[in-house]
Amino acid sequence: MAEPRVIIVGAGPAGTRAAEALVRAGLRPMVIDEGQRSGGQIYRRQPEGFGRSYAKLYGTEAGRARDLHQSFEALLPHIDYRPETLVWNIADQHVWWANAHDQDAAPFDALIVCSGATDRLMPVLGWHHAGCYSLGGAQVALKAQACAIGREIVFMGSGPLLYLVAAQYAAAGAKVAAVLDSAPASARVRAAPDMLALPSVLWNGIGLTLALRKAGVPVLHGVTPVEIRGDADQGVTGLVYRTAGGDTREIACDAVAMGHHLRSETQLADLARCAFGFDPVSRQWLPQCDAEGRSSVPGVYLAGDGCRIRGARAAEAGGQLAALAALADLGLAVDAAERAHLLDAMADYARFARGLMRAFPWPQHQAASLPDAAMVCRCEAVTAGDLRQVVRETGAREANRAKAFSRVGMGRCQGRYCGLAAAEVIAAEARVPVESVGRLRAQAPVKPLSISTGEDAA
Amino acid sequence: MSAPAGHSDVVIVGGGLMGCSAAFFLRQRGLSVTLLETDLVGRQASGTNFGNVRRQGRPIHQLPLANRALASWRNAKALVGSDLEFMPSGHIRVCYRERPELVGAMEDYADKARDEGLSLELLSGNALRDRFPFFGQDVLAGSYSALDGHANPRLAAPAFARAAIALGAVIHENTRIIAAQKSGEDFVVTAGDGRSFRAPILLVTAGAWGNALSSQFGEPVPVTPRGPNMSVTEPVPYAIAPAVGVMTPLEEETVYFRQVARGNIVIGGSTRGPSFPDQYRAYVKPENLLSQLKHIRRLAPELGRLNIIRVWSGIEGYMPDSLPVMGPSGTTPGLFYAFGFSGSGFQIGPGVGETMAELIATGSTDIPIAAYDIRRFAAG
Repeated sequence: MAEPRVIIVGAGPAGTRAAEALVRAGLRPMVIDEGQRSGGQIYRRQPEGFGRSYAKLYGTEAGRARDLHQSFEALLPHIDYRPETLVWNIADQHVWWANAHDQDAAPFDALIVCSGATDRLMPVLGWHHAGCYSLGGAQVALKAQACAIGREIVFMGSGPLLYLVAAQYAAAGAKVAAVLDSAPASARVRAAPDMLALPSVLWNGIGLTLALRKAGVPVLHGVTPVEIRGDADQGVTGLVYRTAGGDTREIACDAVAMGHHLRSETQLADLARCAFGFDPVSRQWLPQCDAEGRSSVPGVYLAGDGCRIRGARAAEAGGQLAALAALADLGLAVDAAERAHLLDAMADYARFARGLMRAFPWPQHQAASLPDAAMVCRCEAVTAGDLRQVVRETGAREANRAKAFSRVGMGRCQGRYCGLAAAEVIAAEARVPVESVGRLRAQAPVKPLSISTGEDAA
Repeated sequence: MSAPAGHSDVVIVGGGLMGCSAAFFLRQRGLSVTLLETDLVGRQASGTNFGNVRRQGRPIHQLPLANRALASWRNAKALVGSDLEFMPSGHIRVCYRERPELVGAMEDYADKARDEGLSLELLSGNALRDRFPFFGQDVLAGSYSALDGHANPRLAAPAFARAAIALGAVIHENTRIIAAQKSGEDFVVTAGDGRSFRAPILLVTAGAWGNALSSQFGEPVPVTPRGPNMSVTEPVPYAIAPAVGVMTPLEEETVYFRQVARGNIVIGGSTRGPSFPDQYRAYVKPENLLSQLKHIRRLAPELGRLNIIRVWSGIEGYMPDSLPVMGPSGTTPGLFYAFGFSGSGFQIGPGVGETMAELIATGSTDIPIAAYDIRRFAAG
């Protein structure tokens, strides 16, 4: 029998560990990654020629980052590695990839999708001003380019990334004007039992908050953002917010980093025609998969944050588990003890992740009270008022229908950044449960594809 | 005074542009109408096509229908109360240097079209490129129609549906029809959930699903389901007024594009994909997108600098002779058809609805539709 063709999409923690498990079994997987270098987002590597230390870049996670990067380097002779390459579609047992020089369709017997996550964003009046970034974007600027997004920065939203990025900025010498968490402090107390599943991670999180306080950064809980002030010439100039006690305050700043935890990048699973289900805890539609990462489509496996938001450690275990599942399904030998050990670890990661979701809940009520003038879809400049008007006047109650009539989610990000918030706005206006609004269907290309794709080099 | 529940003068099966506009024009004529749609109105061929509001290139005998439709497009805002983004910014059809014989065909077509009220301007060489500098060097000549243009297919059928409802039509979405038969004076149309609808007149506007209904009345027709190959670029400053298309005998060379007011360039054509009416899904095949991009680069090389941000498709129904089925049934009095328009249905849509309403309400129409008679497919 010919050697099975296994393709891994993504070279972050999940993709790296999946590749490692396959190489150990004697296979030579193709690893396709959008990044310039392996590592994914949380362990994103600085460009060649930058000399910051692991400790400086990754803090408490320096050891894990180094280990992951070294593991990937060691795999290079044994894998078909395609960096800076986009998988833009999946059809008929082939992935379609393209990069600056070439494109092709690669056949697979097994496909392991490790597509990662992006920030989950709740719109705020004025978030379209220049100087407003997602938390992940702010982190990339710092980690990859050693740049801050502004001189005086407000970090706003909720989730572990809120504290991590703010602390990284403070440590790098940027002025952190405030950390404004929309989650009430009480949510954290209720979620503590689940978060004790991973005491060391919980401790790291507490350490970040302490470090911020020690650096004199105001950290507030239960905050509701009111407006990001700014104009076309200066960009962001300040932020208006309401405290847990109900006071309205204004703070000057020239940049805002915002986000509410993460959302899975599920487009490739969708294009591979995996079945999806609604997860009421995260209020997101996610591809269905079993504990080892098998999707509803035979031969398609999902791992890491692209499948369930469980963090980098879970992604490493998940990538390895998905590879073992693929090997077993291909009829190859798998170490049962290793598999059992990974499944045990995943149970703890899942419990911890559930705790995080409860500690940092998605503030869906903010969508209902978003002012009509607030932009929802920044790509297409669709405001909350535009979207509500479409819901009222056309009766659109479903995400794709509202998109067809209003252009919400129709731009170059295809709703990755506004889709979840738009669904909440539609649900609130139509007074229906958000799950009945559904989800935006993914369409190829996953990210913009040049019309020159496929042109013969002259 | 209301009719008994589930009873109306006309039942329409299929909520695409043909069915929705027919419902609207039937209500204008005072008939009571119930429209039944499997999913949501205007979601398949009517909502996913290119959006050409193009008369040129149609069979000459179809131009009266196209002219009637154009009047609705021009008057859409007053007619249905919402903007269909109709841009009467012209339409140009071009041919390549390797097919010079098509210039003669363009001239011949322009002569005949003039008699039907469609005036076309033929351009070639520098005159063509001076006016439309985006064309590549392979483009030889073009036929320009100043009064044609393009509109937004996502908006059109739903807008006609809402306007029909405002005039009193009853529209049931998410209503899949599993059987239709004539019982005494009435047609009885039965939905999958057991509801039934009765009317002395039945109009089938079910697109790719048309044959499933016509077969129940002894009139099977060969409808082939396919899916358009559509893509769109990121928005760029507005610069291209006309809708543009290629005249060629080869399907894969047949590409077209238009720029919407927002700035995005919508691209269609080259090889169509398969579609799956039973699953209610259609997909753009990746290889078909790459073929489309290749031919677009030839037609307008500068577009090669832009990015595609999205592709889409939908379920279309094609007839083997590229003519629709439109008119009365050959077997059953009171039964009418208007389906199988794919490839060239969007522009004439409102004209089809208006003409079917006229035919149903008055028993005749001056618009020539004999070529679309379903009996052309009758056995023997």
